[in-house]
Amino acid sequence: MSTQPLIGQSVSRLEGHLKVTGKAKYAGDYTTSGLLYGYIVNSTITKGKITAIHTEEAKALTGVIEVFSHENKPSLAWLDLKYADMDAPPGTVFKPLHDGDILCNGQPIALVVAETFELARYAASLVRVEYEEEHFETNLKNNLDKARAPKIGLATLLKPLPPKPVGDFEKAFNQSYAQVEAEYCHGTEHHNPLELFATTTIYEKDGKLTIYDKTQGTVNCQVYVANVFGLSFKDVRVISPYVGGAFGSGLRPQYQLFFSVLAALQLKRSVKVMLDRHQMFTFGHRPPTIQHTRFGADKDGKVNALNHSAFAETSQFEDYTEVVVNWSHMLYPAENTLMEYKLVPLDVYSPLDMRAPGGSTGIHAIESSMDELAYKLNIDPLELRLINYADRDVSVDRPYSSKELKECYLQGAEKFGWANRNPQPRSMKRGNKLVGYGMATGIWEANRLPARAEVAFTKQGKLQVKSAVTDIGTGTFTVISQIAADELGLLLGDVNFSYGDSKMPFAPIQGGSFTIASVGTAVREACKALRKKLLKKAQKMEGSAFADASIDDVVFREGAMYRKDDPSIFVKLTTVIDANKGRPVKTTNFAVPNVFKLKKYSRATHSAAFVEVEVDEELGVVNVTRALTVVAAGRIINPKTARSQVLGGMVWSISKALREETISDYNLGKYMNPNLAEYHIPVHADIHELDVMFVEEKEEILNELGIKGVGEIGLVAMPPAIANAIYHATGKRINQFPIHLEALL
Amino acid sequence: MSILYSPTSMQGHEVEEGKLHTISLTINGVRKEIQVLPWVSLLDALREYLHLTGTKKGCDHGQCGACTVLCDGKRINSCLTLAVMKEGSDITTIEGIAPADGELHPLQKAFIEHDAFQCGYCTPGQICSAIGMMEEGKAHTRDDVKELMSGNLCRCGANTNIIDAIMEVKEGGKDE
Repeated sequence: MSTQPLIGQSVSRLEGHLKVTGKAKYAGDYTTSGLLYGYIVNSTITKGKITAIHTEEAKALTGVIEVFSHENKPSLAWLDLKYADMDAPPGTVFKPLHDGDILCNGQPIALVVAETFELARYAASLVRVEYEEEHFETNLKNNLDKARAPKIGLATLLKPLPPKPVGDFEKAFNQSYAQVEAEYCHGTEHHNPLELFATTTIYEKDGKLTIYDKTQGTVNCQVYVANVFGLSFKDVRVISPYVGGAFGSGLRPQYQLFFSVLAALQLKRSVKVMLDRHQMFTFGHRPPTIQHTRFGADKDGKVNALNHSAFAETSQFEDYTEVVVNWSHMLYPAENTLMEYKLVPLDVYSPLDMRAPGGSTGIHAIESSMDELAYKLNIDPLELRLINYADRDVSVDRPYSSKELKECYLQGAEKFGWANRNPQPRSMKRGNKLVGYGMATGIWEANRLPARAEVAFTKQGKLQVKSAVTDIGTGTFTVISQIAADELGLLLGDVNFSYGDSKMPFAPIQGGSFTIASVGTAVREACKALRKKLLKKAQKMEGSAFADASIDDVVFREGAMYRKDDPSIFVKLTTVIDANKGRPVKTTNFAVPNVFKLKKYSRATHSAAFVEVEVDEELGVVNVTRALTVVAAGRIINPKTARSQVLGGMVWSISKALREETISDYNLGKYMNPNLAEYHIPVHADIHELDVMFVEEKEEILNELGIKGVGEIGLVAMPPAIANAIYHATGKRINQFPIHLEALL
Repeated sequence: MSILYSPTSMQGHEVEEGKLHTISLTINGVRKEIQVLPWVSLLDALREYLHLTGTKKGCDHGQCGACTVLCDGKRINSCLTLAVMKEGSDITTIEGIAPADGELHPLQKAFIEHDAFQCGYCTPGQICSAIGMMEEGKAHTRDDVKELMSGNLCRCGANTNIIDAIMEVKEGGKDE
């Protein structure tokens, strides 16, 4: 029985059995005999210098092996470039233990290594540090006068700066029939994957390192370790088959990796360093951003003037940027635009991509402004989007490679029951609760990066597929296996995909919703090359019935190669391997996107979100009672895992709009709620009816698989849809996320 | 037969801050003896001394539920429990949830079927917690289940799938 095509089937996660039985091993789950434990000491000041560091008391404890600080660290690479990773923004990368300078609160300053975890943690509390403190600034709002244009660097390639102004915005806005103007802001957010950041470095007998690390890029970390510690690439192997969530936090090598490797090399022992939850708040975060919009439209609702400005926080040492203000003109073809994006360097650690970076920030302002504009015009919010629908991306004057956003709007409205909405705010009630409906648009870039893949067919009849890519919970393992199985006409059980290992062929860091478009395409191309090789081998067999066949004349199914013109003629692939003296037939391919072709198109995933909220007027409590996200993301390889990705984004939307924020004390320059009790994310009781729909979308430009990626899109449209629903329910427009209940009282 | 477990690098010596205690626990039906200092949590005893790493550390403060295990049939946060407090207890971890014949527990099957996890890190705690919750007999409706499972965080946002999986196993998915 043929199972093809597997693409399009809701296959359950292939690693599911391991995850429900506790057998899936994460970076901190590895051990070896004689394993040592490291615990990191963090700076308690925000800016200044370490004048003295006293480690004697800690070292005097039996079982404490060593304390590493800038005073006794070995000689390491001094070139900044050696520390730069694949995701490094323009600037000077942070170098742990480089000197006694303190750049931000929580900066790692020492590592205690001991025979047990408890002892290392206790000894770390005995390390006394003397500082010379300097003045610092961590408050974005108070430092807007320091705003400046971001530096340009390699990272800017994937994150274009704002487009140049078009027409005459001020004039057009002033003459607009309807105008809206508002400020939007959100505070710092931290990724908080549930897995703690951990690295277990195994010091092998020959001095080579096997490193189990929590990361979104095994090769990225391998290169970092080799460069920083002056090792040969082949002596450093980074493995991360299971990653307990990341959401961007693992895009850069984090400092537990540096410290674990440092100690292992110095002590010639295996060392595990697992960070505490509060230490996860000391590197990388979504930057607080203040946005300002001015949108103008004519009487019929045509938007003719768009101004979107943003001030975002960065560190003093790197210019982390996001694409915040470029989206509105991609969605709405106004003739006059003005987009500005500026950075404010503060004494914090560098921000870091966090799920839908920039997109979820900018779309909040854009889509709530559109909602407000709809009310000014007395036009239904959905109708206003349709009036301004863009078939072409006028912001760069290119067609979209595909765009079924209109279907998202229409099918979504139908399924959600948008027509039942009474447009009047405060007009809908359920018992003593105000009910509100809100909607918003989502857009996220559909990218593809170069990647390698190796495929081999063995005499056991198995297809071995290899890539260094990770699976951070996105379903990569399952989806790649589906793609490979289809190419060779095999059962899923006959595909063995090895991944999460820097020894495997190169894969880019896993993020930006580009993994399957990049690695999936590489695997597909490698499989195509393998089919040709298998045909050639078959043709060399004695009396081959395929001698005159071209690759287009054969079809691969059920573990065999068939002639299309006469399906009774076939050869089993294992027979081909037997004829190859049992040696596997293998190929490695490097798949590079055709940049010249891609440049002619704008490439994006789209969505529409519809939300119902209930607001308790007396208590201000908001409940998202039901929500629907409709996504146009090209072909969906696995509807089950893709749906889960979007559901995850929807839960993050509820979190972003109503719950999560890292609270700063600007006098101390530190975060005040670095734990999961005070950093609120939704619990089961907060999550009600969530629904996901994918519309048909034919994508023929981006890649041969016709896919776009779904990791971020679920978090783009829904946060403003929630804010818009709250306005509809209460008549109150709250533009600051998260929306606290006191704002509604 | 009792086996002595100690951390791989401790080599049996006493740490000056306290005395090693030998405690006996029945873990997933097997009696085990371990030597621990009083400051070792049950979670670290399981993970670092007994190498049962299915139980996860997500916060070490009882805030996330990833370390949930069953202790004498009741669900507890193993990070908030010192190992020495559990002398003589019967502990079930995620490694002991599936019956010995290799079949999965119905809840484990339901988790796979409903895609009730993405990264899988909170999963052992969610499953142990749900089994403990069903034993408690306080959850009669879907809303009850959501409320009583709220001590187990899931950052991937698999919440609806997790509750679907639990509801399927509990009374065949119906509110009582």
